[in-house]
Amino acid sequence: MSPTSPMQCAASLSAGLLLSALSLSLGASGCAMAAESSSQSEQILRIANGAEPGSLDPQQTNGTWETRITRDLFEPLIAYSANGELIPGLAERWESSADGLSWTFHLREGLEWSDGTPLTAEDAVFALRRLLTPATAAHNATLYYPIVNARAVNTGALAPEQLGVAAPDAQTLTITLSHPSATLEQTLAMSEAAPLPRHVIAAKGADWTRPANMATSGAFVLKTWSPQAEIRLTPNPRYHAADTVALDEVVYLPIEESHAALNRFRAGEVEIAYGVPASHYAWIQDNLAAALQTYPILGEYFYVFNLREGSPVADQRIRRALNLATRREVITERILGMGQIPSWHFVPKALGEHQGARFDFADWSMDRRMAKARELMDDAGYGPDTPLELTLRYNTLEDHKKIAVALGAMWKPLGVKVTLTNTEAAVHYRDLALGDFEVGRYGMIATIADAYDFLNAFSSDNTSNAPGLSSPTYDALIEAAAREGDVGTRQRQLHDAEQYLLDNDVVLPLYDYVTSSLVDPAISGWAPNALDVHPSRYLQLDTSH
Amino acid sequence: MLSYTLKRLLQAIPTLLIVITLSFFLMRVAPGGPFDGERRLPPEIEQNLRAAYHLDEPLPMQYLRYLGDLVQGDLGPSFKYKDFDVSELISQGFPASLELGMWAILAALLIGVPLGVIAAIRRNSTADYVVMSTALAGIAVPNFVIAPLLALVFGVLLGWLPAGGWNGGAWQNLLLPVVALSIQQIAYIARMMRASMIEVLGSHYIRTARAKGLSEWKVILRHALRPAMLPVVSYLGPAIAGIITGSVVIEQIFGIPGIGRYFVQGALNRDYTLVMGTVVFYGALILLLNLIVDLLYSMLDPQIRYDD
Repeated sequence: MSPTSPMQCAASLSAGLLLSALSLSLGASGCAMAAESSSQSEQILRIANGAEPGSLDPQQTNGTWETRITRDLFEPLIAYSANGELIPGLAERWESSADGLSWTFHLREGLEWSDGTPLTAEDAVFALRRLLTPATAAHNATLYYPIVNARAVNTGALAPEQLGVAAPDAQTLTITLSHPSATLEQTLAMSEAAPLPRHVIAAKGADWTRPANMATSGAFVLKTWSPQAEIRLTPNPRYHAADTVALDEVVYLPIEESHAALNRFRAGEVEIAYGVPASHYAWIQDNLAAALQTYPILGEYFYVFNLREGSPVADQRIRRALNLATRREVITERILGMGQIPSWHFVPKALGEHQGARFDFADWSMDRRMAKARELMDDAGYGPDTPLELTLRYNTLEDHKKIAVALGAMWKPLGVKVTLTNTEAAVHYRDLALGDFEVGRYGMIATIADAYDFLNAFSSDNTSNAPGLSSPTYDALIEAAAREGDVGTRQRQLHDAEQYLLDNDVVLPLYDYVTSSLVDPAISGWAPNALDVHPSRYLQLDTSH
Repeated sequence: MLSYTLKRLLQAIPTLLIVITLSFFLMRVAPGGPFDGERRLPPEIEQNLRAAYHLDEPLPMQYLRYLGDLVQGDLGPSFKYKDFDVSELISQGFPASLELGMWAILAALLIGVPLGVIAAIRRNSTADYVVMSTALAGIAVPNFVIAPLLALVFGVLLGWLPAGGWNGGAWQNLLLPVVALSIQQIAYIARMMRASMIEVLGSHYIRTARAKGLSEWKVILRHALRPAMLPVVSYLGPAIAGIITGSVVIEQIFGIPGIGRYFVQGALNRDYTLVMGTVVFYGALILLLNLIVDLLYSMLDPQIRYDD
């Protein structure tokens, strides 16, 4: 599958001669591409990465296609294993006080930046202060608000030096929290929290991410970066586990079109393609089964109801009827067919530890559900003769449209007349946040593997609270979970919050997302995991393949 | 002619200013902003971002700031590609778009013009029908159909050429996108050339040339071709500007690091500075190419002279 065969190389040469004889007199050797991929000794991994990163500054990145690269370059105090579990990163161990408020991290001995400068706890302090500085404008800064003074620093009320982080010596970092946080370790494992080369940033300013300037702490260094063309990484000989890194080069290609990624995978031009075209999924299952990797991730596809006064779905009987009449299996099996999990819950199932909340009608037969739905609609004053007119909004995309059409058909027997409206994503999400909709499509992917990350969106003061839920009960549960140090208690609070969303039909969950990638079977060290993290330091190409 | 050129260049400045002003305010009137996404940002974070890009200032002030920076050649930082300035993104991407586009235009001219001439000379013959129906098909089939098909056939199934990638502009990587990009242009130019050639061949001076006893080929090459080229030349101005500023479809399917994608992505992401940068660049290019076309006119048509 991967290396171009010598025969193909010869064919391309003769075609090349023919064409250059015709008129084109462009240089370059006949088989440059093939030569690179057919090399037996070199371990070059080429990845169709979905898009061009917006930045290689880990504090400016947000998308999976970006953090995939920054994770290879910068190692946080806590890292991910190949399976996506938390393991020691630059810190070899850490401990917290009994009240969960003081954390001490011990850095490995002899750490160095890729340029040879010693890597110390001061670099970690610098990075966290920078992350919360208003001018950095980091998207996920709120995740770090449990740290003492974090919010005040982030809003500019206090100087970054007031943040509750300190380096008592070169190898020790202390973090002080204002309340216990069950997710501190997870947030510190994000690449945005990784120590940064303050000597480079001080000297180069905004240009510090250029290949000539950047110093890294991770398994790789940035060799070249051609925007929209490719990003090349080579191993960092000063990485603390440099001897375990097998690859000689990692090439990230910003291929946006999933059909193009599939073509290039089939042509042996990339070894990994993140994202496959849904329209070709069945074909891939039949023809590239050994390379296909599909598994659930921490993402949820759902619709939100507008609960605000004057909205036709402010009446819970209607919302419940719509939830009852929605045949989720039809959507996952007939429309999508990539193994998506029908949702009778809201927090994705792949979030292992947080399960149990579900609709109380989840086990009912479809007949019983429809009977109940009709009864509720009748109570609310609607039926086939007195139809309810409802506008469904979604952001423009073919699959969203198919699902919206299917929902309209499923709700028709209840006497619901659905009108579909679609707008581009930027407009869609703004209108939803402003409450300018009736029933609207939504999707959420976890930032960290934690149910709170999903549920927090419906607190009354949260800017993502599209339904406009305003419930003291719900707010109290979320607020308590944010400050709860005990894992069991917190899990119960989050379970109750999720159950509240379902019992009150705040959302219409449809399915848990899956991710699909093509991974050359010659690659070892690649493990499916719900966070979909696959650091290149664990990957290896079987060149005899 | 020199003073004419200078006059035209000076006239371009107010035109460009109108284009800039219109796009600046239209972009801001569009609903949704650069920081709107599935997860709404907490107000304090959004405030930080708005301040970082001066979006918290009154709009007229932002407009003046933009013009001030523009005069100094500063197109501002991209909202989406934060590590680069817009001028850097354009100057890094433009060479790829230019190289690809020039080959496509060259192919379109070298193939389209002779085809059109042949069709015109052999009007209503089999050759004419074949050329014109092929051209019609070329216009009708969009390049988002042709491009993936080429990649699939020559890249995946036959394995003769790379299915995508730029590779510094190596000819193997250029060939398929050039073909995909030029097919429509070949078709347009062939049709245009045929129509104008037929018209020219029916004119009085051609009859005179024939009456002098010149051979048919001499009549066509020496007397008919130049005037018949006029519509093609005037088409080439905007066409070249369009082609060398990249095609988002071709770039995405073949993975070419050009600037075509910035027009579309910039607008969808509400990347205000990137949109403005591409508009300024494209606008200036159109004005320049139109000027060149007008100057070429005077060489092709003796009736057109730009006197001082």
